Amino acid sequence: MIRVVLPAHLRTLARVTGPVELQVEGPVTLGSVLDALETHYPVLRGTMRDHVTRQRRPFVRFFACEEDISHEPQDTPLPDAVTRGAEPFLVVGAMAGG
Amino acid sequence: MTQVRVLVGTRKGAFVLTSDGKREHWNVSGPHFAGWEVYHLKGSPVDPNRLYASQSSGWFGQQIQRSNDGGTTWAPMGNEFAYQGVPGTHQWYDGTQHPWKFARVWHLEPSLTDPDTVYAGVEDAALFRSVDGGQNWEELSGLRGHTSGPSWQPGAGGMCLHTIVLDPSNPERIFIAISAAGAFRTEDAGKTWRPINQGLRSEGIPDPNAEVGHCVHRIAMHPSRPDVLFMQKHWDVMRSDDAGDSWHEVSGNLPTDFGFPIDIHAHEPETIYVVPIKSDSEHYPPDGQLRVYRSRTGGNEWEALTKGLPQSNCYVNVLRDAMAVDSLDSCGVYFGTTGGQVYASPDAGDTWAPIVRDLPAVLSVEVQTLQ
Repeated sequence: MIRVVLPAHLRTLARVTGPVELQVEGPVTLGSVLDALETHYPVLRGTMRDHVTRQRRPFVRFFACEEDISHEPQDTPLPDAVTRGAEPFLVVGAMAGG
Repeated sequence: MTQVRVLVGTRKGAFVLTSDGKREHWNVSGPHFAGWEVYHLKGSPVDPNRLYASQSSGWFGQQIQRSNDGGTTWAPMGNEFAYQGVPGTHQWYDGTQHPWKFARVWHLEPSLTDPDTVYAGVEDAALFRSVDGGQNWEELSGLRGHTSGPSWQPGAGGMCLHTIVLDPSNPERIFIAISAAGAFRTEDAGKTWRPINQGLRSEGIPDPNAEVGHCVHRIAMHPSRPDVLFMQKHWDVMRSDDAGDSWHEVSGNLPTDFGFPIDIHAHEPETIYVVPIKSDSEHYPPDGQLRVYRSRTGGNEWEALTKGLPQSNCYVNVLRDAMAVDSLDSCGVYFGTTGGQVYASPDAGDTWAPIVRDLPAVLSVEVQTLQ
């Protein structure tokens, strides 16, 4: 089970109050976790990645095991600790503006 | 019992202000979508409890929210605004061609006849329509496909389609305006469009009388006279008596003819309202005095409306979608400021009072008259 921590505004949209738990089929990669998130919470489509290009939105960041993996390709495998659910996968609203 | 509902979009959420027909005491609910920019929200004319809201964020993009109970509860709808076909390019600030890219919904215009049909004006400029209550959006691509499309350029606020005016006498006819391309009209429900900018003169573009390239800020129409249009352009207040085929200036004795909103009295189609702003670089009222100007002659002759509005040290702006009128016998006029005030006049502009003083910067104001 993958644990995902969403930023406050996306928790509000998804109507969840804490970390969400996801079952990811196949290899656990940056892209497959985002796919699973969007499948379970369709309201999040377009909020983290562009609908058309699937590119990360500029002010959204992805962290795992204290590493910023925002610039990694979406087929990048996530660390074992995230795959095992020991560490969360973090979706972060970048600190920018107000 | 008659009620008035004022829908306010701000930089940090939406607010719903309600009052009875006297419009003296107000109930304020919100913020809805706290922390998000709400460029616009508007109710369906045929089902006033059906509201649509454009919620957006530089971080998390666009959401469309819908309420079926007058703004008490909301649900997210579809947020995919995909340009039809290959998006193509338009002109960028540096003169190069730039791919069309969706940024946000500036304006939502519910159909005059069907609560499930709603139009969305977006940045980069395009017109979308939903016929299923906001779940799915389809571009009316004939507009962006106009031969002039590649020459359109953004204004300072982005290349936005901000005005959508539906003709109550002809469901096939729609007017739209884009900063900074100008005004366009369709006669076939959005399949084909033609620019309607003849008579506009803009000194800031290479050919001041060009067919496109004008920074139109807002267009207003009285439903009883769909061929008569009023326009607040970047500079100049304009009027057309032939559905936009030609325009003439009616700025008259205004202290400055720069501004953003323009609106029309609900029962007097020759009575129009603007808020003069000092200049395009100084986005505040002249002399620090917030004055709405009213013309009862369809333009040219204007009177300042000041009673109840701050007449010193006022340096707010009033944005293009931030003025509206109700349809009570004594027509109410409403506007919001970038300073977070929403002012109401229950007597067609003669006197004003703030409904609220300290909201986030106001982006839009719409009014519903509920019987």
